[in-house]
Amino acid sequence: MSETLLQVRGLAKHFGGFVALDDIELDIKEGERVGLIGPNGSGKSTLVNCLSGALKHDSGSVRFDGMPLDGLPAYQRTRLGLARSFQLPKPFRSLTVVQNLHVPLLFTAKHRAGAHLTSAQIDARCEELLHVVALEGKAQARPRDLTQIEMRKLELARAMAAAPKLLIADEVMAGLSHSEIDDILALLVKLNQSGVTVILIEHIMRAVMSFSQRLVCLVAGKKIADGKPQEVVLNPDVERAYLGE
Amino acid sequence: MKNSTFCLVTAIVVIVFFGAAMLAVTNDYFFFAGYVVLQYIVLATAWNILGGYTGYINFGTAGFFAIGAYAAVVLHKLWGPPIPVLILVGGVLSGLVGLGMGMLTLRLRGVFFAIGTLALAIVVQTFVTNWDFVGGSRGVYIIRPATAPLLGNYIHYLFLVMLVLAGFSIALARCIEHSTLGFGLAAVRDDELAAEAAGVPTLKLKLISTALSGALMGMAGAPLPYYVTYLDPTSGFNLAYAVNSIAMPLIGGMTSWVGPLLGAIFLGTIQQTATVTISSSLNLLIVGVLLVLAVVIAPDGIIGLWRPRRRRAQEPL
Repeated sequence: MSETLLQVRGLAKHFGGFVALDDIELDIKEGERVGLIGPNGSGKSTLVNCLSGALKHDSGSVRFDGMPLDGLPAYQRTRLGLARSFQLPKPFRSLTVVQNLHVPLLFTAKHRAGAHLTSAQIDARCEELLHVVALEGKAQARPRDLTQIEMRKLELARAMAAAPKLLIADEVMAGLSHSEIDDILALLVKLNQSGVTVILIEHIMRAVMSFSQRLVCLVAGKKIADGKPQEVVLNPDVERAYLGE
Repeated sequence: MKNSTFCLVTAIVVIVFFGAAMLAVTNDYFFFAGYVVLQYIVLATAWNILGGYTGYINFGTAGFFAIGAYAAVVLHKLWGPPIPVLILVGGVLSGLVGLGMGMLTLRLRGVFFAIGTLALAIVVQTFVTNWDFVGGSRGVYIIRPATAPLLGNYIHYLFLVMLVLAGFSIALARCIEHSTLGFGLAAVRDDELAAEAAGVPTLKLKLISTALSGALMGMAGAPLPYYVTYLDPTSGFNLAYAVNSIAMPLIGGMTSWVGPLLGAIFLGTIQQTATVTISSSLNLLIVGVLLVLAVVIAPDGIIGLWRPRRRRAQEPL
């Protein structure tokens, strides 16, 4: 199959005496759709933060697209093509929806070798992204005027605007309705088909199961399962973690 | 409007305003008082680049301002170059101090950063107070040349210098607002984590912002010794500079270059008028009362008063 895009070796992170991540090994291949599950507090978001550079990991190494990421600040990782969305949407509140997309376009896509975007190209790309997430009508709105799902879509659109190779979607569906989840799922699948590798972190099993080609389960900072979704959910360790003995 | 057009318009406004003032006003005191208002336009605009655009509150305006002023004193005693050179050197020096302060303190957020800037001002003041060459706590007299270049009258010349500087700082602020840098700073102000995730080099932008803001403050301070002719640490580092440069953008509005301009003209004019008509010690009291009023009536500043109406008109029905 295709090459390894993200390679995590022996990743560990602790906060004081609390071990948040313990010796995580993870390989993500190019073009894969991977689901990451685990109970609350199992370290999913900490893993995302360590991968995206929002937190510094204590030991181990992360390689992305053949480049070691260790010690790189978050913005450089985004420029290399590793984008993430936030669990709680973090829009730029003083900017309009379309300006929110301008930020990654100006600071990421523009900085990539070979891609020198003119302002007309930036506008066109914004329009395209807004169309993909169906927010065209809200281009001039402020984030405070958006609904919860629109906020999630903006969050996704902003991550996509950075033209990532790997998108880590951190609980983009929490709190959404059935049909809204399907909306977002369709969006992510479409994105994946265009060549973007996607890691989906999610509690909603219906969504994870239909989306993922591979499922990884974290419990108490350890990876306890990694494989085909159907097999992972039947894994006795995973069952125990979710349902107890 | 394009940034280049805006710069041109600003230049024209500066020239027309100065021409009109020279023709219409015969009393030199107008220029004397106007200088202070213009100086506050520069300071408020400079403060707003860091405070309004980037979201970092700086209590150390007086420190940067005085660095510019004392750099001018040193140069004056050594060599006596023309005022534009003093402004340039004062700007570079306080810009560098701003950069250094940024490196030391920008990892701090919110109130911690604010305390850091206050501490910087106190450190610089202590240093100057104990430096004999610039007069120490006794202060220093600056004998300015009998005639000014270009205009002959020194206060006219100082007024012109500060007017040009005010035009320059407003043009700079507006150029920042409508540039990639402005987008980046707004992203930093709204959410630093999200900004980093969008590829914004937050630390670098914050350093640029502190350096520019500090440089403008230093430039505003450089002509001060020639204006007051006697400079001592208590007047150079006066708390009023810090308070006013925060209050003016707050009252005017912090999201655009218009805010500090309006705030500085409004507050500065009231203070100058009150100084002559009522009492010179009333200034800070006026600031306090106006701040309270602004918080209640116009929480988004003067420019915020007409913004929502325009926004509503733009929204489709």
